[in-house]
Amino acid sequence: MSEPLTCDVVVVGAGMVGAACALYATRAGLEVTVVDRGHVAGGTTGAGEGNLLVSDKAPGPELELALLSTRLWAREAREPGAAAEYEAKGGLVVAETPEALDRLREFAGTQRAAGVSADPVPADRLHDLEPRLAAGLAGAVHYPQDAQVMPALAAAHFLRASGARLLTGREVTRVLRAPDGTVRGVRTDRGDLHAPAVVNAAGTWGGELAERAGVFLPVLPRRGFVLVTEPLPPRIRHKVYAADYVADVASDSAALQTSPVVEGTAAGPVLIGASRERVGFDRSLSLPAVRALAAGATRLFPFLSRVRALRTYAGFRPYLPDHLPAIGPDPRAPGLFHACGHEGAGIGLATGTGLLIAQALTGRTPGLDLTPFRPDRFPCPAQEAAP
Amino acid sequence: MRTDLAVIGAGPAGLAAALAASARGVRVVLVDAAPEPGGQFYRQPAPGLRARHPEALHHQWRAWTRLRDGLAASPVRVLADHHVWCVERESGGLTVHALRGPEQERSVEVRAAAVLLATGGYETVLPFPGWTLPGVVTAGGAQAMLKGGLVVAGGTAVVAGTGPLLLPVATGLAAAGVRVAALVESADPRRLLRHAGALARKLPEGAGYAARLLRHGVPVLARHTVLRAHGGGTSRPGGAGRGGDRLTGVTVAALDGRGRVRSGTERLLPCDTLAVGHGMLPHTDLAEGLGCRLDGRRVAVDAEQRTDVPGVWAAGESTGVGGAALALAEGHIAGRSIAARLRGTAPDPGEWAPAAGVRARMRSVAAALESAWAPPARWTDRVTDDTVVCRCEEVTAGAVREALALGAGDTRTVKLLSRAGMGWCQGRMCGPAVAGLTGCEPTPSSSPFARPVPLGVLADGHRAHEDRTEEGPS
Repeated sequence: MSEPLTCDVVVVGAGMVGAACALYATRAGLEVTVVDRGHVAGGTTGAGEGNLLVSDKAPGPELELALLSTRLWAREAREPGAAAEYEAKGGLVVAETPEALDRLREFAGTQRAAGVSADPVPADRLHDLEPRLAAGLAGAVHYPQDAQVMPALAAAHFLRASGARLLTGREVTRVLRAPDGTVRGVRTDRGDLHAPAVVNAAGTWGGELAERAGVFLPVLPRRGFVLVTEPLPPRIRHKVYAADYVADVASDSAALQTSPVVEGTAAGPVLIGASRERVGFDRSLSLPAVRALAAGATRLFPFLSRVRALRTYAGFRPYLPDHLPAIGPDPRAPGLFHACGHEGAGIGLATGTGLLIAQALTGRTPGLDLTPFRPDRFPCPAQEAAP
Repeated sequence: MRTDLAVIGAGPAGLAAALAASARGVRVVLVDAAPEPGGQFYRQPAPGLRARHPEALHHQWRAWTRLRDGLAASPVRVLADHHVWCVERESGGLTVHALRGPEQERSVEVRAAAVLLATGGYETVLPFPGWTLPGVVTAGGAQAMLKGGLVVAGGTAVVAGTGPLLLPVATGLAAAGVRVAALVESADPRRLLRHAGALARKLPEGAGYAARLLRHGVPVLARHTVLRAHGGGTSRPGGAGRGGDRLTGVTVAALDGRGRVRSGTERLLPCDTLAVGHGMLPHTDLAEGLGCRLDGRRVAVDAEQRTDVPGVWAAGESTGVGGAALALAEGHIAGRSIAARLRGTAPDPGEWAPAAGVRARMRSVAAALESAWAPPARWTDRVTDDTVVCRCEEVTAGAVREALALGAGDTRTVKLLSRAGMGWCQGRMCGPAVAGLTGCEPTPSSSPFARPVPLGVLADGHRAHEDRTEEGPS
């Protein structure tokens, strides 16, 4: 067997979050190895639309992380962002009825108080921003901070820019721990990698990797479909979606139901995504889900009726029961850090996550309070069952 | 529309199955994208052309007239010009979703208890410098032009690539008055001899082609390949594809036993048409959308031609490329199996023993041909970085190679990082080339849509479905 490789940090997962962790960790002076059982962007990253959104987030820890991430994405816009088709195109959330518009504006007001740029757009100005929108909409809110990136290219170019060693096609079978419980590396199906720190950026498999480190983290998959059209000349300028709030305004859950996000891409196709279903890891085509996406998109943009969908694909969002990611050190296994469970927002939240992980790895004070993202916040089912 | 059996594809397999099932009392709807039944193999000249001797371009003309007349006399309902984009499993049966109309925008649904996938195959063309020039056509495309439109492709043609299709294309073009400057076949004909036993039935056919090539004075260059195609105005050998707006000639060279170019054998063949093909692959999109198990690149079927999805049968090239005789046998067996199974009885295989015998023989012939006619081992060496590989998205070989450097390692991640295969044809054309260039296992193109579908059709489906749900269970 060959000599085990040694470095400062092993990042498990060559998706967007792992790539961002690698970039910020190497910039902090650490020697990083990224290991993935598949290939670069082979998991959820490769199935995403590349939404960098603040518009869909209510004030709270996730919005704070999104605002931090948005600033960092803008900073990376030239390199490596440009190679990843980064575009600060802005989002446009439209309301179909006056009631929905009232609630949207109220929601935007709370976001503004939290630092989001959210500009009301009256009905008669809508078509200046988005000429092909349907007629008869009540109004909208424009979010200039929303942006877009091609996620697979982003992960690949962040990894390249990091200079980290990349080992693909290697599965981590166990996170190695010393007798005192501290992490000392990983065992893979092709040899050991020794390091005092391991970052779990394994996306939907983050729960499985946690188990291989001997800790509990209930990451679950939620399926989503994305519809891709034939390439078109630029016709849709923003990320556009409709907001309808659940009628119960008294509820503080601010449960938000959205239509699919419709957007043009640098390469030409329009992306329509994404549905949400909890069906485990089933990749087979769900015609009802795809039809619902098409209905939502053509309602916003009637011209899309005659545009052809070329393909649809499924991806799996990794989510945790409280819909917040796990970010930071795991007190149950010193040396283990988690950066997973971002649900449908992992591309957008990757930069902030990467920076926070790098800060934690180097012992600096994280730029955000990590308490809401604590990886040990979920009681292990076995302990729960105990008296 | 409701029926017992929906047959998708009106080529040899689909026709044979439709007739066999219909003769046993099964209500059959035959769905096909072309204006007339016949498929690629029995492609017919458009009636408006008033072809006087269409049989001149077809062998097995008698088999075709029997199928054609049988179909006319049968109650089989033919839906021509219907483009199937999806087959959906629903409780109590299957729904075939098709598009029709000049713009393929009108939606048609056929509900059936059983579906036969007779979707045929498609041609593989591997890239080389200059292959995107006007004047370069696929071998199958040249044959379709001959059979369907009766148009003569050009004055001087070269037929190149590998596979049994090149022979009828070369003789067909020559018979139509085209000067065929060469038939350039990369395989070594001696490899065919190793399979002489399995190929014994094909030998008379092969001998017939050889005689015709000789009669038309078509030179055969075996173990040769086209290195590059040259465009108009820049016929200098280095000017592959650039500056020219039309094909003016090709550079061919001899290959050694390991697939490398023998130095000093390059020579220029002036021509205005290059018909090029590298074999056939099964069409599996609909089967994959249904979740049918594949065996390599083909739909896996049992002895009755059943897939592993209940109610779904497959026959013909989609279960393995093997030609019209094999497709007829498989279709016949499938049709009889479906008739029995829809009655709730198990079929008696003894009834189709002759067809099963043909199927067994033709499958061994197909296996022998497949191993004899393989693209030359080192073909990717000759694909320069500036050669376009994915024509839909205009992705070059250099960009595909760069995706590997960025960390891609399978066909999916290569596609994500290079865009090769993301366009209109969804990688049907470039899939084998990308797999060859990257060393990744070729995987079937796995788009759930067998063809592009208007969003309006999908959206209408959503509304129709919601209406049904509101009405309650129907």
